[in-house]
Amino acid sequence: MNNFLLLPIIIPFFFAMILMFGQKNLKYQRITTILGLIISIICAFALLFNVKENGPQSLTLGSWPVPFGITMVSDMVSALLVLTTLLITFFIVWYGFGSIGKERERFFYYPGVMFILTGVNGAFTTGDIFNLFVFFEVLLMASYLLIVLGGEKAQLRESIKYILVNVISSALFVITVAYLYSVVGTLNMADISVKITEINQPGIVTVIAVLFLLVFGMKAAIFPLYFWLPNAYAAPPIPVLALFGALLTKVGVYAIMRTYTLFFTHDLAFTHELLLVLAILTIIAGSIGALAHFDVKQIIIYNIVIAVGVILFGVAQMNEVGLEGAVFYLIHDMIIKAALFMLIGIVIYVTGTTNLKKMGGLMKNYPSLGWFYLIAALGLAGVPPLSGFIGKLLIIQGGFQAGNTWSSIFILASSIVVLLSVIRIFIYAFWGEQGQVSNNINKTTFNIMFFPTVLLVFISILYGVGTEFIVPFMDDAAKVLSDPSIYTDAVLKGGN
Amino acid sequence: MEIIMAFVCGFLFMSAIYLILSRSLLRIIIGTGLLSHGAHLLIITMGGFGGNNPPVLADGVTEYVDPLPQALILTAIVISFGVTAFFLVLAYRSYQELKTDDMTQMKGSEDHE
Repeated sequence: MNNFLLLPIIIPFFFAMILMFGQKNLKYQRITTILGLIISIICAFALLFNVKENGPQSLTLGSWPVPFGITMVSDMVSALLVLTTLLITFFIVWYGFGSIGKERERFFYYPGVMFILTGVNGAFTTGDIFNLFVFFEVLLMASYLLIVLGGEKAQLRESIKYILVNVISSALFVITVAYLYSVVGTLNMADISVKITEINQPGIVTVIAVLFLLVFGMKAAIFPLYFWLPNAYAAPPIPVLALFGALLTKVGVYAIMRTYTLFFTHDLAFTHELLLVLAILTIIAGSIGALAHFDVKQIIIYNIVIAVGVILFGVAQMNEVGLEGAVFYLIHDMIIKAALFMLIGIVIYVTGTTNLKKMGGLMKNYPSLGWFYLIAALGLAGVPPLSGFIGKLLIIQGGFQAGNTWSSIFILASSIVVLLSVIRIFIYAFWGEQGQVSNNINKTTFNIMFFPTVLLVFISILYGVGTEFIVPFMDDAAKVLSDPSIYTDAVLKGGN
Repeated sequence: MEIIMAFVCGFLFMSAIYLILSRSLLRIIIGTGLLSHGAHLLIITMGGFGGNNPPVLADGVTEYVDPLPQALILTAIVISFGVTAFFLVLAYRSYQELKTDDMTQMKGSEDHE
């Protein structure tokens, strides 16, 4: 029993409610948001070290005995993800001071961000499958607000499709939970894990596994279900795009990771093979999109799709090395995607266009922007010693260990496509003749946007260079994922 | 009873999909409403119809229905109510802004090359 793990969920929720009032007062809104984020980050750090020291923490609400009440569980995976989420949001909110625009700031932008944090952290922390659905809805509702905030034509048009896709996927989620409930008769994730091995009905459980893959795959944007993502994400302004790109798809990936390591381990030959094939197809589809577009937003958005494929490939290996790589790469990707979106946001700000062909020669006037972009781009592709390297290395090592030699080589080859797609932005925007330049660049605004971006890139460099200090945490995370009994014991036996 | 409910759910899903595939925005929203109704009915069916008493503690009651699916439905209904309300407002707003409720005119690919 440990109430502490609720704090990263409750604090953003509490601050979101406070922020609903006094919406016209910008100074109050900004200071309160930053304050809330800093307090949550401190709590998340404390939680991380607590989990490191004492193992997975669990809390069953309302003093119910364990499998009946709603359980919240904070193991290494979720503690790491919660911390990363809060850190990234802090930088994005800071970045937003310069770029989101006063109109949006006055119209519930900050409560929206805080509610989305509530949902995301809740989804990472919950140990109850129906509660996961509820937290998904919390974050989706907040994301509906953020995606449509501003009411531009493109935003309205794309939000309709975004909401429609998510309503359908939510309905499927409820249906799948209903099926699962009828088979195992429980909603507690640890209890489900135990019951699934007991009931010994592999056929129907496999069907449920595929349904879960559909539901979460819709959110995570895996191969056949990623169609909604590029247009929907391109509609809102850059800070919202960075928030979505860094967090929302990753919640889906986390959910797949959790269910596929905790529940569906009875028929690896089918479920995880399917996941592997879909991961590869996702990478191919993302690569094609990333290379085909000349719109900087679209290039990075398609890179989200590629990264989702790489992470799921790591999950599909189902060995400790592959899973450790997947967690490593997941957190790397959250940080670096946020940084890249923020960087291209600055590029768009100084050029006034998203079309690569119209850009050029930024290196002369903005050399530091160029260098930081280059570092982030190399980090994304996984050039050692930057942050993408170690995750990809472990994922591929896991692939070789599981005997998937060719697909692992394919993952390696895909890094080249990733590198090409982001370096193309560098070449077009920073080299060559002077291209289009926006004529109302405010130096202060530029600095407000640039400073948090630089800090985030530094964090990603630290994440790569300081791998040695992070490995113990990742080892724990991989252990929990590869051995479900650690998780189930912590919930079912440690709960009271 | 389960069989009948399965048919009702299936019928609801069928009509929901038919409506969602249509072009008019309003029909699509009604379709999503039906879809969530189908899902809710499915939950209550999955809980089973056994037990003759309500799940309230009283003397001599040993056979009672499973209370959990009802709790789940209550949550799911509230959520789908909120989402549908939001969706309707959004549809009205975008009708004002875009001057159409026809999905085929909302493709929005004209700014691509």
